[in-house]
Amino acid sequence: MTGSLKRILLGEQGLVVIFAIAFAVVSLTVPNFLTERNMLGLLQSVVTIGIVSCTMMFCLASRDFDLSVGSIVAFTGMVAVMASNATGSIPLGLLIAVGFGTFVGFVNGVVIAKLKINALITTLATMQIVRGLALISSDGRAVGINDASFYQLALSKFLGVPTPIWVMGALFCIFGFVLNRTVFGRNTLAIGGNPEASRLAGVNVDWMRIWIFTLQGLVCAIAGILLASRITSGQPNAATGLELSVISACVLGGVSLAGGRAAMTGVIVGVLIMGIAENVMNLLNIQAFYQYVVRGLILLMAVLLDNLRSRSLGRR
Amino acid sequence: MTDFLEFSNISKSYPGVRALSGISFGVAKGRVHGLMGENGAGKSTLIKILSGDIRADEGEIRIDGVVQHFHSTRDAFAARVTVVHQELQLVPELSVAENLRLGHFPAKAGVISFRELVADVGSKLKEIGVDVDPRTKVAALSIGERQMIEIAKAVMLDARVIALDEPTSSLSSRESEILFTLIERLREQGKVILYISHRLDEVFRLCDGVTVLRDGKLAAHHASMEGVTRDQIVSEMVGREISDIWGWRGRDVGDVRLKVEGITGSRLPNPVGFEARKGEILGFFGLVGAGRSELMRLVYGADHRHAGSVAIDGKPVAPSDPRQSIRAGLVLCPEDRKFDGIVQGRSVSDNIAISARRHFSPLGILNLGKEAALADGFIRSLRIRTPSRKQDIVNLSGGNQQKVILARWLAETDVRVLIVDEPTRGIDVGAKSEIYELLYSLAESGLAIVVVSSELPEVMGISDRIAVMCGGSIAATFDRADFNERTILAAALPDRSAAEAIKKVS
Repeated sequence: MTGSLKRILLGEQGLVVIFAIAFAVVSLTVPNFLTERNMLGLLQSVVTIGIVSCTMMFCLASRDFDLSVGSIVAFTGMVAVMASNATGSIPLGLLIAVGFGTFVGFVNGVVIAKLKINALITTLATMQIVRGLALISSDGRAVGINDASFYQLALSKFLGVPTPIWVMGALFCIFGFVLNRTVFGRNTLAIGGNPEASRLAGVNVDWMRIWIFTLQGLVCAIAGILLASRITSGQPNAATGLELSVISACVLGGVSLAGGRAAMTGVIVGVLIMGIAENVMNLLNIQAFYQYVVRGLILLMAVLLDNLRSRSLGRR
Repeated sequence: MTDFLEFSNISKSYPGVRALSGISFGVAKGRVHGLMGENGAGKSTLIKILSGDIRADEGEIRIDGVVQHFHSTRDAFAARVTVVHQELQLVPELSVAENLRLGHFPAKAGVISFRELVADVGSKLKEIGVDVDPRTKVAALSIGERQMIEIAKAVMLDARVIALDEPTSSLSSRESEILFTLIERLREQGKVILYISHRLDEVFRLCDGVTVLRDGKLAAHHASMEGVTRDQIVSEMVGREISDIWGWRGRDVGDVRLKVEGITGSRLPNPVGFEARKGEILGFFGLVGAGRSELMRLVYGADHRHAGSVAIDGKPVAPSDPRQSIRAGLVLCPEDRKFDGIVQGRSVSDNIAISARRHFSPLGILNLGKEAALADGFIRSLRIRTPSRKQDIVNLSGGNQQKVILARWLAETDVRVLIVDEPTRGIDVGAKSEIYELLYSLAESGLAIVVVSSELPEVMGISDRIAVMCGGSIAATFDRADFNERTILAAALPDRSAAEAIKKVS
């Protein structure tokens, strides 16, 4: 009995099983949890983390790291609002924001791949630079939007489900496909497994890394725009600490920090676990300060599980 | 005489592999006992069980008649069993004396008395005949000296059983001699010494008995070496008689396929050039540091090319870019499989398709059916031993990993030049023949093949022509008719007087 239980928990789908059990327990014990309203609220609350996790997964799977995501989300949100105000056109404003996000990601990628500077240091630098730019351009204050239809990005619904959730779902599908079914995905995992062997086997490692960071910037811009729409303004201090939540969600989802191992389903479950923990604590009126402690504990448990799993794999 | 160390019915399985089954044998006190077998025969598994690193599924180990329960290396340590591994476990930044007494320094109130430490260790080292100043930092010692220190450590811990895992693999012959003397002294002291090696001459010289493992089973146990012959042990190791492992055969050689001219790089400052023809196997021999691998990496574009040219069938290959080389039909199986060859954590199938999949992945979308068929085809045709194509490549033996890397290039549509650096390093005899056979049939199909090897018999056995490198340049080339061990070796030696000496002997 314990043997088979252990096998299930440490197997490929261990996290999904744990998630399903936790979900069932919470649904039965926490009042108002399993309601349509709460479920949609829960999903809404993880949209930013969920979207950014898609590309962070690629970044981690190729043995890289990106700390600048929170700053890019805040900055592109600001740019979307300010550019929309300045040009009088929301689509143009969004395009400019996406352009900015993509550009920052591209710069990250070029510095890391071509100038061979450690990803941790590079993105630590761009994290501060971009946050600084967001504060400078807004003079440290929230920037309101002139055209109220900007709010519709987050408020509009399709089949009763808010647009941001659809966007997150679509990105999950797209990046899941890219990871599992394309040369790009396989090369990402190969670089994470052994960068030098991949290069000698004909993988264009530099180009891959630049693309991964560029995509990360683009996806951050999408998250930033949706966040700005939801909080009805561009806020220079938005999404602080986002990078840590996103990396936590990925690690929870079984993405190896040593590279070479990642799965979209795992990351989705990781994102949901983070969201549920927060949601349940809100429903139970637990003080926000405790939520940090719980989040940290969940992360520790996940890493422990991952460690046990790779050890049981290593026995082969 | 009763056996002091006894293995009794030891079995160990990993998922999909039976690493050891029913191994039983014993070794008496004061004996040096050889443990032989091809790679993957189960030697390391048995040693890991003896050191408490892993646990046997069945069976037991008895020392001096007492059943031992090793749950960890600490237990083995307490039972005074020491294994000296190939990868040494010394702290390079500490002195010899500190390393030897690590964990139990002579100290008063936590303050180490270095004078006592050095004097104590120095006298012990002298006692066992190791001539090293105890104050030297381990980092400053040669590999041979470090090996000696490891063994000294075992002696100082008063080990009863000492297992040496391939101790001479990185030693010079002079260092090996010192090691042998030390082993003989330990034998006189009544230790049990398990000597793992695949060098027959050493086993015959040192050992009082030998056990041969094959495919995880006990192939033979000789309590004494009397009447045992080398051929007998070789056939026990491989399970069949191997008459000519090279199996070279003549073939037609065509036009020049690969032409390298005046190539230089940061680790190869002098211009080097050579040619390889269609259907030819060109061997590259040289001593360590002669620049063979550096040259091949430059030709392939793995390292930055400063000057010179590489052309295939007259067409120049763009410099310093493996991708361009692959597209031109020039591929390399690198020397260091672990760091430059295999992609760890990925499947056999992924490792095979990593480069060739671009031919059948329209818009970058994978054709998983085609990849599976490709991998299964190579697993069958190259006899890659793996439970399935989905197996993580790190779980394969060295020979099978090498075959996967060869398959990676055979999957390419138009390979013209294949460079193989150390094709059989760390590969057992049976798999070696298979790899040679593969190289011959590739040459017959019109490839130009460049083989780099540090093993002279191998280069002489399989090449049609040999280029000898020395000090970063090609010192000489020999046609197969002129192959001669002494002249080739003489050309490889940097020191002219040594080369002359060898010539005189011949």
